[in-house]
Amino acid sequence: MTKNNKTNLFIFRYIFMRIFFVICLSLIVYSVNAQVKLLKLDDLDKRIANGKDTTYVINFWATWCSPCVAELPNFEKLRLSNLKKPVKVLLVSLDFKSKLQKEVIPFVQRNKINADVFLLNEPDQQAYIERIDKKWSGAIPATLFVNKRTRHFYEKEFTEKELENTLLNLK
Amino acid sequence: MKRLISIAFMLISGAVSAQTEGYKVGDVVKDFSLKNVDNKNVSLADYKDAKGYIVVFTCNTCPVAKAYEDRIAVLNATYAAKGYPVVAINPNDAGAVPAEGFEKMQALAAEKKFNFPYLLDPGHVVTKQFGATRTPHVFVLNKTGKGNVVEYIGAIDNDPEEANSTKIEYVKNAINELSTGKKPTVTATKAVGCTIKWKKG
Repeated sequence: MTKNNKTNLFIFRYIFMRIFFVICLSLIVYSVNAQVKLLKLDDLDKRIANGKDTTYVINFWATWCSPCVAELPNFEKLRLSNLKKPVKVLLVSLDFKSKLQKEVIPFVQRNKINADVFLLNEPDQQAYIERIDKKWSGAIPATLFVNKRTRHFYEKEFTEKELENTLLNLK
Repeated sequence: MKRLISIAFMLISGAVSAQTEGYKVGDVVKDFSLKNVDNKNVSLADYKDAKGYIVVFTCNTCPVAKAYEDRIAVLNATYAAKGYPVVAINPNDAGAVPAEGFEKMQALAAEKKFNFPYLLDPGHVVTKQFGATRTPHVFVLNKTGKGNVVEYIGAIDNDPEEANSTKIEYVKNAINELSTGKKPTVTATKAVGCTIKWKKG
């Protein structure tokens, strides 16, 4: 192998590594961004309205809320057991917006949460609590079962069984 | 007779369950005596010149309560001199969350230079009387001839993260109205907060 060829090989390798690195980095950035999106209630309402026969199970939680964190695996089980049905589990975090990068995204990664996770992007909590449900005191965990025909709100913790039953008995 | 007893029993149990729901606006508050971080007990009656009180259920660990720490101090700095002192109560059980223990409360009060009492509520007695359900949870009281009357229950403002351009300061507004002899326009608000860490078992 000539010296020239060797240099070429090095340059090629260097370029290849750089490209590879950039692709990896953009994939990581993409997946991080894709994991937790900011959510406005208007967008949520639109999604429900366009959801045809889909029932949305929307859990309101926060990384700092220990009973919420404890019940998250139950929502993952509900999601997995309803993959073939028109059921969509959405996890809406009420963490502060400033904690999105530092706490919410790392939490979602660490706990390998596969459901759609959002962070509620509404500054006026008095307004959004009332809008989500008139009966809601603002305490979490709280869960909304909603489709185009019905809307049921629960300010409570759910076991796996209770989630399944509530979904089955939804009228 | 049996029927009478059972009716009486139902009435009593009804009254008990109603009580656990806590105070509503217009209710007269029963005074309490709880240990402060300085080891001295504090009662509402200790404040001879008070025109009312800002009772705040808050704690050491809840991020929402922490976000409001400075605002609670400002409330006391602004309104204690006008006759409406802040009385903070930690509703959480240290057995359930060790970081809510009395010594940690003392450390927080010292670190943040709390200018108001920060009281321990063992067994959640006062917490249950008030019907506090989360931290932070505020009860504004007005001292009257018939006792300390609840005039406002809820949040300090509608802006936990200090990012709301249409901020409404509920507690300030309520006290400003009370101090001019009016009833608060807004008497109850909702807020996201941390649940109370109840004693286990």
